Amino acid sequence: MAVLMGERISGWGCTAPVVATVEQPTGTAALAGALGRAGPRGALVRGLGRSYGDAAQNSGGLVLRLPSGTAEIVLDAAAGTVVVPGGVSLGELLRLVVGHGFFVTVLPGTMHVTVGGAIASDIHGKNHHRDGSFGRSVVSLRLLLADGSVVQVGPQQRPELFWATVGGMGLTGIVVDATLRLLAIETSRMSVDTTRLGDLDTLMATMADSDHRYRYSVAWIDLVAKGIHLGRSILTNGDHATLDQLGRRAASAPLRYQPRQLVTVPPLIPPGGLLNHASVAAFNELWFRKSPRHEVGQLQPIGFYFCPLDLVGRWNRFYGRAGLLQYQFVVPFGEETTLRKVIERLVDSGTASFLAVLKRFGPSNPAPLSFPTLGWTLALDVPAGARHGLGEMLHELDHLVLDAGGRHYLAKDSHATPDVVRRGYPRLDEWRGVRDSVDPQGLWHSDLARRLGLLEG
Amino acid sequence: MMDNSLGEPQVIVLLGGTSDIGLAIGRELLSPATRTVVLCCRDVAAGRQAAAELASATVTVDVRAFDARQPAGHAELMSSIAATHGDIDVVVHAAGLLGDDDVATADPLAAFELAEVNFAGALSALVAASNVLRAQGHGSIVVLSSVAGERVRAANTVYGATKAGLDGFAQGLGDRIAADGVHVLIVRPGFVHSSMTEGRPAAPLATTPEHVAAVAVRGLRQRRRIVWAPATLRPLFSVLRHLPAPVWRRLPLG
Repeated sequence: MAVLMGERISGWGCTAPVVATVEQPTGTAALAGALGRAGPRGALVRGLGRSYGDAAQNSGGLVLRLPSGTAEIVLDAAAGTVVVPGGVSLGELLRLVVGHGFFVTVLPGTMHVTVGGAIASDIHGKNHHRDGSFGRSVVSLRLLLADGSVVQVGPQQRPELFWATVGGMGLTGIVVDATLRLLAIETSRMSVDTTRLGDLDTLMATMADSDHRYRYSVAWIDLVAKGIHLGRSILTNGDHATLDQLGRRAASAPLRYQPRQLVTVPPLIPPGGLLNHASVAAFNELWFRKSPRHEVGQLQPIGFYFCPLDLVGRWNRFYGRAGLLQYQFVVPFGEETTLRKVIERLVDSGTASFLAVLKRFGPSNPAPLSFPTLGWTLALDVPAGARHGLGEMLHELDHLVLDAGGRHYLAKDSHATPDVVRRGYPRLDEWRGVRDSVDPQGLWHSDLARRLGLLEG
Repeated sequence: MMDNSLGEPQVIVLLGGTSDIGLAIGRELLSPATRTVVLCCRDVAAGRQAAAELASATVTVDVRAFDARQPAGHAELMSSIAATHGDIDVVVHAAGLLGDDDVATADPLAAFELAEVNFAGALSALVAASNVLRAQGHGSIVVLSSVAGERVRAANTVYGATKAGLDGFAQGLGDRIAADGVHVLIVRPGFVHSSMTEGRPAAPLATTPEHVAAVAVRGLRQRRRIVWAPATLRPLFSVLRHLPAPVWRRLPLG
């Protein structure tokens, strides 16, 4: 028998690296066969490793990767649906479908996520208030179960297993492929309205007032600004540009789409990283001032609007050896004071975050572990090596959020405790019941599940 | 059961669970993420006392019998801890005897006992611990070495020799199991005011268990290989290590 070498893996945050046996079998039969080689630590599927924490890690166990590439994507233009293998990224999918006048229904802040990962994390985008999360665009999916069998599930077909898989963090099985509903578009450009807002109250009022008029809406917040400038921000509302919005030259190739990566961050960043309070404060000041006070109908390419960070490869290296962690939560509408308290606490603590975004979620879907619920969601990046007391502060924020009836996003989490998840996801036991029914031996396992006690009754 | 992104462990195991430095490291590692601290000690009654001080509403403390001189029980102890509490995030090895060097250099059995506890028993316990962590694919081991092992002096010949051996073993072990996802941190304190050194004259640059703990925990988070407490010992010993023997012998190092 071949000796399998362990491979060092971590999440996008580069924190808490572990060693696991990584395999990439080709074809469903080989994938099912690989499950037999899982030891006592079980198995887990891993996509592109873009979840920030330990969601796609299975330390000491088996980690399965799926093939990528556009070869097996089947587009049904008449129905507006597409069948995509689980290991294909949304970026690859877009490359194929944009030219045909289609777009994915949900696109997060990066295109480097797989379809399987998008389902497992039930990801959301800037259009959640309008279109819901990724699970809603899934017509059906084929799931490889722990016993090696493949079942087809969907909102009408074994719905409990379908919704346990949506947001189920890969712990119900492996998404072999999925049929997705697509969004028809006339052009590959975005029409974007940008507004600079001086403080948090104005921002929240403007968002509540305007986001229903746009398919996409998100605000960047300067988490360094204090006092009367607390919560100063840039709100970008967007829609897919229509044909008549394009100039004559662009209109000759309205669906032209050439995504690019400009640069890749080399692995030569000093161990402490480049992001400290001073550099982030300077960046934030510049970013705020360079943005227009108010601009309407600016045309932007898809990548630039949705995934500006994708323009810089391996941007996580900027954070140095300690890496970064991402903190994202949602609190219900009506809990604006909690949101303000959290932001004040972050600003006062000097936690320099240059990626803090605020967005309003629409209603939740039936998935027990799906993150988005009606309310405000704030997401921010924090250098993990930042300062002493970061852990205590996040713990404090956890409780502010939970007391307000909110919850945290598992795909981004790397710091929460079992208690935080039990309180934030009251349907955890229901989810575990469905999961256990298709995995009675407990094959699927992840470090996220271990840390948060997801599989313990 | 898993370190989080800030390196805050959930399950902590102290070998030598009543040692002042071991307990100080245990306290320094406590965070809202901590679920369990396991104190493995020879004197279980003393361990229970220490446990009462560590336990809280969110932290369970489990006291286990551990004797460095009974290696037959080491593997069983470590696997039973993992079976009860799940993945072990950090193992701190702080078990050891200082001994009386005048006795140990005159009495063969006294010399043997120090070597048995500080070196042979430590190796056995660390091998047992590393087996569990390697199977997990993650975890850290903190080994309490000493500057006494950096260059063995006349005043602590036997103790220094056991620490020199342990330090060397820990270096090799760390390199050997890094590929399995396990991090080994060697802590080299100088003279530490503790119950172990009570009544003995303090050496220059003496420090406290709390300082050693702070240095160790910072080293853990930064995934360092070796840390010194206080840090000035490192440049100092890089000089002392190379002093000619006649000079070294005459140094007033306590």
